[in-house]
Amino acid sequence: MDRLTASEIIIRMLGQFTPVWIGLVIILTLSIIFKRRLGLYGKLFGSPIGVAGLILVLFWILTAIFADSIATMDPLSQISGMKNKKPGWPVSGMEGHWYLLGGDNLARDVFSRMVKGSQIVLAIAPAATIFAFMVGITLGLPAGFYGGKLDTIMSFLANLVLAFPVILLFFLLVTPEIRSTGVPFWLAGVLFLFPIIFFCLLFHSKFSGQPSKLYPYLGITLVLGLWAYSGLAFNKDPLGVFYMDPNLLNIFVSVVFVNSPTVFRIVRGLTIDIKTRDYVAAAQTRGESPWYIMLWEVLPNARGPLIVDFCLRIGYTTILLGTLGFFGLGVTPESPDWGMTINEGRKLLAVYAHPALPPTFALMSLVLGLNLLADGLREESLRD
Amino acid sequence: MGSFLLKRSGVMLLTALCLTFIVFFLTNLEPNLEKLTKSEGNMRMSDAQVQSWLQKNGYRQPLIKRYGEWLGVAPGWTRTDAETGKVTGRCIRRAEDPANPPKFCGLLQGNWGFSLVFKEDIAGIISEKLGLTAKLMLCVMLVMVPTALIIGIIAGMREGSKTDRSLSALSILSTSTPEYVSGVIFIVVFSSKLVGLKWFKGTATTAMENITFENFTLPVMTLALYGIGYIARMTRASMAEVMTEQYIRTARLKGLSFPGVVLKHALRNALIAPFTVIILQIPWLLTGVVIVETLFNYKGFGWTLVAAVGNNDIELLLACSVVAVFVVLVTQLISDIGYVFLNPRIRIS
Repeated sequence: MDRLTASEIIIRMLGQFTPVWIGLVIILTLSIIFKRRLGLYGKLFGSPIGVAGLILVLFWILTAIFADSIATMDPLSQISGMKNKKPGWPVSGMEGHWYLLGGDNLARDVFSRMVKGSQIVLAIAPAATIFAFMVGITLGLPAGFYGGKLDTIMSFLANLVLAFPVILLFFLLVTPEIRSTGVPFWLAGVLFLFPIIFFCLLFHSKFSGQPSKLYPYLGITLVLGLWAYSGLAFNKDPLGVFYMDPNLLNIFVSVVFVNSPTVFRIVRGLTIDIKTRDYVAAAQTRGESPWYIMLWEVLPNARGPLIVDFCLRIGYTTILLGTLGFFGLGVTPESPDWGMTINEGRKLLAVYAHPALPPTFALMSLVLGLNLLADGLREESLRD
Repeated sequence: MGSFLLKRSGVMLLTALCLTFIVFFLTNLEPNLEKLTKSEGNMRMSDAQVQSWLQKNGYRQPLIKRYGEWLGVAPGWTRTDAETGKVTGRCIRRAEDPANPPKFCGLLQGNWGFSLVFKEDIAGIISEKLGLTAKLMLCVMLVMVPTALIIGIIAGMREGSKTDRSLSALSILSTSTPEYVSGVIFIVVFSSKLVGLKWFKGTATTAMENITFENFTLPVMTLALYGIGYIARMTRASMAEVMTEQYIRTARLKGLSFPGVVLKHALRNALIAPFTVIILQIPWLLTGVVIVETLFNYKGFGWTLVAAVGNNDIELLLACSVVAVFVVLVTQLISDIGYVFLNPRIRIS
């Protein structure tokens, strides 16, 4: 078999992404048809920058979903004779298979590794960001609302974490040694409690006068929450559904820990601003509880800046995960994580450039998409 | 101003103490100490031997006491061997005159410790490496700040224009390109065989002795790029806000030319916000410095930090952390003071 030419490589790659193109067309058509009913998301289609961002982000989400059918080869298997081969090289001994973007230093398919890598990033980054938001919101609302000593102490602690150079914190927190001491587990034990606290407070403040609604909601939250908590934080899930690899847990917890103080500061600032509004005073006069005001009056009115920051923060988390991978602190040594692939590829950059480039462009385009999306959302939400 | 400074410095000192204690705790975890023992003694030591070595060398005291010793506020440990009667101690090992050791020997006395990897005194290593990184940072600042300010001012001058839109899109692109991405792309484009330009060198090792345009451009560009977008966006926002002010309209209506208004009236007020951002950028650059120095093999402060972590060099890592934390806190203080200084409207509570 002959080596593919550049145009053949491009056509084949576009062909591999067929499920993504179909998905993109369906989602965009539906969104444009119903855009008047979709609130802020619908308004996004008024800004070209926002649409460009949305397309990039959707592309990677769909790629992660359909990764198994897009990838041409197994991302981990090494095929002899394919070491550092140029893009478009036919796989030895396999008729009709090519390494579309070449082989890496361990003779694995660069294209499939890039595609599979999107799954890792898109599983960890949004989840870690959601957890950071839960922590930041649960602590930031009371700090901003009550002020005083509580605020002083919590702000000091947040600034303490923020004053830590991020890279140093990662070097200290993500190591094989620290796992044997159990530090990540008790960090997880504390941080993973916040989503449960958040939802309990949310339902309790809303339905405290209606026991018939309150108890089912609280019950479901506690059962589901504590079940997931036991599995994720301590790996003691009795049914074995929730489980996190210790290495992954370590990375996840560190990323949440680094991000939550910033979210805390944003939420605190927004709360201080919003609590002087008339509708808060009205709620206070009605005799609503403080937590009701915080969660059902202040928080919904702070959603604009928070949604924008959420997009930006997923991008930032993606960059952080890449940084971790770059220093060899990635999920697992073999995994096709983008940061780690860049790190492996950079060592041979002067001779073979092709293994390092695809993951760099992948990471850049995902972060760019998120940043553009955030910019579009900011513009549209300011227009209200 | 005086009480503000005093309060601010107090908080800073407390933060510094907390942070160094956390670093001390995290670097002195049990597995790290075991590794240290085995690299100091030999790899085949039994658990009992490891424990006795740690006992002998003062690692079995309470953590807070050891932190005090390291900081130089608690007297260093001494121990008399029961069999030989020989006296050993923290300060005796480090003293110039072992017969008459000082009571305290910690950070405050200028005793930074001894690096296991470099086999040198840490104070010397740190000052040498910081010098190298300072050169890099200076070049980065010289490139980054003017470029970012010019982009931001031109974009914010006429908000919503085509120039503004394209410059803003470029800024977003630059903030989406972390150093390890732009560095790799730059090396491929400008120094590899693949593209064949070969304008610059893909490593900056030679720049440690002799900085040339060829070996220093890529690291500086890589580091500056990520920050440019961020500062430019801040400047743009601040500039756009100033341009809507009443006094700008007044100046325009008086018949002043547009460039005159921008340069004389808008610029000075628009630069207050970016000032804070630029100063706060310095600690933020630290992550970038670590990445760039590793990528381009420039053996400065960031490279040393990675080496210290990789080789479990506890004392060197502690020293690096102290410097990093110090830089962060000082820049925060400068940015606070500068903000107040530049903006007389800010009242100090």
